[in-house]
Formats: sequence, structure tokens, C-alpha cells
Amino acid sequence: MTVVESGHDLGSNRGQIWKSLRSSTLGMVGAGILMLMAAAAILAPLVAPHPPTHVNFGLSYQPPLTRGYVLGTDDLGRDILSRMLYGIRVSLQVGVLSVAIAVVVGVPLGLLAGYWRWLDGIISRLTDLMLAFPFLILAVGLAAINGPSLNNAVIALGVAQIPIMLRVVRGETLRIKASDFVTSAEAMNASGLRIMGQHVLPNCTSAIIVQATVIIPVVVIGEALLSFLGIGVQPPTPSLGIMLSDAQQYISQSPTAAIFPGTAIVLICLGFNLFGDALRDALDPSNANT
Amino acid sequence: MGRFLLTRLWQSAITLVLASIVIFLGIRLLPGDPATAMAGEDASPEQLAAVRAELGLDDPLFMQYMAYMGQVLTGDLGRSTMHGNPVIDMIGATLPVTLLLATYAMVIAVVFGLLLGVLAERQRGRWPEWFANGAALIGLSVPNFWLGIMAILTLAVGLSLFPASGYVPFRTDPLRALYHLTLPAIILGASVMAVIMRQTRASMLETMQADFVRTARAKGLSRIRVLLRYGLRNSLIVVVTIVGLQLGMLISGTVVTEQIFALPGFGRLILDAVFTRDYPVIQSAVLVVTFGYVVINLIVDVLYSVINPKIRVGGGR
Repeated sequence: MTVVESGHDLGSNRGQIWKSLRSSTLGMVGAGILMLMAAAAILAPLVAPHPPTHVNFGLSYQPPLTRGYVLGTDDLGRDILSRMLYGIRVSLQVGVLSVAIAVVVGVPLGLLAGYWRWLDGIISRLTDLMLAFPFLILAVGLAAINGPSLNNAVIALGVAQIPIMLRVVRGETLRIKASDFVTSAEAMNASGLRIMGQHVLPNCTSAIIVQATVIIPVVVIGEALLSFLGIGVQPPTPSLGIMLSDAQQYISQSPTAAIFPGTAIVLICLGFNLFGDALRDALDPSNANT
Repeated sequence: MGRFLLTRLWQSAITLVLASIVIFLGIRLLPGDPATAMAGEDASPEQLAAVRAELGLDDPLFMQYMAYMGQVLTGDLGRSTMHGNPVIDMIGATLPVTLLLATYAMVIAVVFGLLLGVLAERQRGRWPEWFANGAALIGLSVPNFWLGIMAILTLAVGLSLFPASGYVPFRTDPLRALYHLTLPAIILGASVMAVIMRQTRASMLETMQADFVRTARAKGLSRIRVLLRYGLRNSLIVVVTIVGLQLGMLISGTVVTEQIFALPGFGRLILDAVFTRDYPVIQSAVLVVTFGYVVINLIVDVLYSVINPKIRVGGGR
């Protein structure tokens, strides 16, 4: 990032950011995928042709393009398209909520650790300790204590991302703290908290947004994985991960039931990765083409 | 070097102690009575009293922790509430499967990652580069559990190249054991291989254009010798770093891979214990995973500083 003269680098050149974003073909493809996925998630109750948990044993293992069931049905005769739409809804919900946890906890701690050296030692040690626990172990522990559920999955996924968000913000804070406008604010006797809120935080915004686009696909895969293992979303709530673990049981009868939900996961991740890359280049021109 | 080693050992020890406290407290944070949790829902009052006495639940927390650590260090991890077997035996039966799978996956990832990386660099703009890039893209952007299911669908069910599930103990028949583990190991190693391949290609490109390489070539050293002596040495640093960074992923990965291919490994042990609320098993399994994770991280850091003396990780922070 170029050295910023005054506080807010995000607001002042919004037009340029838009221009750079629109000129990136891959970024626009990513944005298109994401809009499609968001529409699927929001409109699921309106556009889903069948209730996602409606069982019809007379219609199990229908192939795709069956009348009324575009993507076919699963072992219980449930409509795969409807279940996928609701599954995408769950995936995106988990993605957004987990990022919210990472931001709400990670950003303030990162600011404090970066700004006040005496806090840095404690916070960084704690971060190391958290990184010492693989996220799956945290999820397993929570599932063991509270029983498996969607909430536990969100907490485990969000908490696991806190140290990563924290480190990004801490690094940005260290860099911004060295700039002239912070030094002059300090010279004018502004309090530490005021400097963090007025000068440091606004300049961290682009790094936080970019990091969020990196975190969401990780979390979406994480949710599918936990649900696949049976310690995330619980049936009958549809989830892409549960659909995959069900489909594996009858994979020789109906291979397409395993192909579609996986494709949805890959598309969500691809969308965030493509859009995130373009966003990073747009917010931070010095990084482009690296 | 000695100082760095000491600092790193000290840090690891602290992490382990803190982790063991968290794990110890975890079981006591359970809603309800820890004794009921440990002995199982339908334990008789006598059994409950026995567990109560064994855990020392009436002692101060600090004494309880010391007693618990004393048991752990002497190899007494309690008994499974589901099966009644000593937990240490259950871990002993499942851990080798997981270790074999993880090692096999790492060997595949490192060998093919380096090979494809070198190939992609040497054959720029030709099919090996396209192939390597495509493989890297798949390995990075497709979640490995779906990759696993798709591999079962195509390679196991469709082409019958590999068995879709099942396990043969290494001692009874090493070859068949490896044959059964090949597909799981490829799936587990895929994303690590992709990262190694990409980084190898990048570091090769950089090294082969460096001045000292031109000098070496001008002095008559053959290209392949330069590649082996300088290019691969730099790639080795990359490989060790990646293996260290991907460790957490590898642990999650083994749990998933074992689930997909129905392998009787450590990950399955943990999952089954969670589903049956077998707390003694969960507690010890988490402890073992954390211990292994911290120790392997330590080894990676030390290896890293041996290969590249310029970097002494964590020593002078």
C-alpha cells in the first residue's frame, strides 16, 4: 500500500477502486458468481421448487432433468436443487457470521497489540497458543462439550480465524503507527485510543476487507467439512456437507447427487477467491501482478 | 544454535503445559457432573463414587491437575466408557494407521510436488507446465473431501483401479496395505503437493536466473547439475516450510480422509468418541494430537534453521 497522507484511503479514491475492479475480467467473473450465490441464498424460500426436507420414497434416486426435479432426487426422494439452494444459504450464513466473530474480536486486539508494545507480548503469546490448536480439534472439543450443532460450528470456525485477522491488523497497525500523521497526532497529545480509532483503524479497512474475502472461502469449506463429518449442521437442516456425506452412501446408484453439492462449494470458493484477488489489486495497486 | 534451540524448547514446553491445562479444564466445564460424563450416563452409584475418587473431584483443582498429569505421564489415560478398554491401547491400535497414511501422503506430496515443479520450470509454455498448473489449481481450490468422493466415484467405482475403502494392517501384508492406502494418501497430499509444486516452480525460476547460476554454467557445470545443486537446495527450504505450515491442515485432513475411506485410524477414533460422548477417549486423543502438533512444529523449526542458518525462527523476537 502506498503511504497515505491523510486518514482515510478508502473513501477518497472510491471511484478509482471501482474502475480498477471493473477492468478486471476475473474479478467480475468472481463478482458474478457471488451475486448468483447470494441471490440463491436469499431467495431460496421463494425459488426452491420443493420444500428441502420433503421426503417422497416413491421418487428416490431420480436422475437429473426428471420432470419437476431439475437436478434429480436423493435416496429419500428429496429434491436436490431445493436442498442445494438452502445449503448455499447455510454456507453463506456461516461464512458471514464466522467472519463477524473474527473481525469483532480480532480487529480490536490487533489494534491494541500493534499500538501498545507492552500488550503485544501477551496478545501474541495467546495468538501462538490458539494457533497451536488445529481448528478441527477446537470444533471436536466444542462438539464434545455442547453436542454438535450449527452454532458450535460457527464459533469454532470464527474463533479459529481470530488469530489470523489479529495478525493482519497488528501488522498494519505497526506500519501505520510509523507514519507522519500518527506522529503528529501524538505530538498534539491525542490519546492512544483516539489515534487508533481515528487514524489507524480507517487505514486498516482495506486490509481487513481483503482478509475477510480470504477467510470466507476457508470457513465455507470448514462448515461443509464439519457437517460432512457430522459435527456441524445437524439433519434435517440441509447443508452442502451433509448432502455430500449422504451421497457418498449411495454413490454407485446416483453419482450426480455427489457432484452437484461439491460443485456449489467449489463455485462459492472460486467466486470469493477471484473477487478477493481483484479487490486486493484494486485497493492496493502496488501489489498488482504479484 | 544452542540458544535458539533452548528458546524454542522452552516455548514448546509452555505451550504444552497451557494446552494440557485447557484440556484438563475442558472436561470439568461440561454441563453437569464430570463423574457422570466420565463414567457414562448409566453408571451405578458405586461406579460414580469410584470415578469420583479416581478423579479426586473433591480435591482442590490444582491437586486434581497434578494428579491427572501424573497419570498421563505414567501412560495411564483411563478407560473408554463405551468399550471399557484402556484408552492407551485404543490409541496404540489406531495411531499407526494414521501415521502411515500421513507419512505416505507427505512422501507423495513432496516427490510429485518437486518433480512437477521442476518439470513445469524446465518445460515452460509446453504441456508439462499446463498439466502442472491444472493439477495445482485442482489441488488448491477443490475441498479434499469432495476430491476424495470424486476419486472414489471415478477411480474406484468407475475404473476399479483402487479399492473404495478398507484397510489391511501393514504387518500382515505391507504391499496390500500400501495399495489400500494409495488413493487416500493421494487425496490427503493433493493440496500440499499443489503448494509445493507452485513454490518449487517459483523458486526454481528465481534461482536459475541468478548471477551465480550463470557463473556456474559459464564455468562448464551442466544444467542438470546446477539444478540439483542450487535449485533443489533452495526448494528444500520451501518444502520444509510448507510441510510445517500445512501441519494443522494435515491433521484435519487425516480425520476427513479416514472418514471417507473408512480407515480405522486415529481420526475415526476421535469422531466416534465424540458421537458416543466417550470423554476419557476424547480428552486423551486431543492431548495426543496437541502434543504431536507442538513436537512436529518444533522439529520443523529446528530443521528449518539447520537448512537455512540465516533464519532462526522465534529466537530473537
